[in-house]
Amino acid sequence: MPLEIAGRTFESRLILGTGGFRSLEVMADALRESGAELATLALRRVDPGARGSIVDVLDAAGAELLPNTAGCYTATDAIATARLAREAFETDWVKLEVIGDDRTLLPDPTELLEAAEALVADGFTVLPYTNDDPVLARRLEDAGCAAVMPLGSPIGSGMGIRNPYNLRLIVEQAGVPVILDAGIGTASDAALAMEAGCDGVLLASAISRAADPARMARAMRLAVEAGRLAHASGRIPRRRYAEASTPTEGLPELT
Amino acid sequence: MRVVVNGDPRELPDRATVADAVAAAGAAPDGRGVAVAIDGEVVPRGRWEATAVEAEQRIEVLQAVQGG
Repeated sequence: MPLEIAGRTFESRLILGTGGFRSLEVMADALRESGAELATLALRRVDPGARGSIVDVLDAAGAELLPNTAGCYTATDAIATARLAREAFETDWVKLEVIGDDRTLLPDPTELLEAAEALVADGFTVLPYTNDDPVLARRLEDAGCAAVMPLGSPIGSGMGIRNPYNLRLIVEQAGVPVILDAGIGTASDAALAMEAGCDGVLLASAISRAADPARMARAMRLAVEAGRLAHASGRIPRRRYAEASTPTEGLPELT
Repeated sequence: MRVVVNGDPRELPDRATVADAVAAAGAAPDGRGVAVAIDGEVVPRGRWEATAVEAEQRIEVLQAVQGG
């Protein structure tokens, strides 16, 4: 079953954040190995000395564009940035980020919800980066967001999923896709997110800042697939004591 | 006339348009992946040639970068 967001389907459940790669070439290699079909990008002031265009690289790889509003601290700034991105990239999809604290980069819940409501009303397909708060996730869904994207831990921290219980609550109640966004450090974190029932994983630093980004991208692709399969396969319950898998009947008497 | 392009004061000809400001900022001429805001309001690409720039306006010319 492919991932479906706002009527669009993706075979890959891994969304690649493009921040932090040393070069566009390294990013292109990692994108290919990740299998991601959707990739984030951002808007900043023109740098006349910039070499190459990320849009060209993503287009060549066949990846869909998911502009973000990174760096915005108010609903007003995030709304304006989303409108600029719609103009620049000819897409009404937006990864909505409204940050409330520059040390942790945690989302500002009230500004986030206000921006989400305004952008949905303006016709955007809104994918909000949110706290791992089940109530806020429900409010964002009620506001018309096309997915909810709770963090596992702070952006770039690599600390994995700090509150798996909250994540499961979000997954249980959600009527839109749940994408684990931020905090992934290594492949097992991505697998855990999928095992918890997430519909997808969005990560950047875990690949882009790895020593070998292309190889880590492949690891993440496999982890997301493995976690998804495991989630769908009905894991065994945890037990306090062993349960033999070899039959205990028919044991010979040897002494 | 004096305007502010991406935070820097700039002199543009009196009848300059948004397209001229985009060029002055050093953006690619085809405008791909580029967006413009004047005093916080988006100027759609289709109107760059026809929209005149006024003195003292704050013009932001943005392009795609890696992120997120």
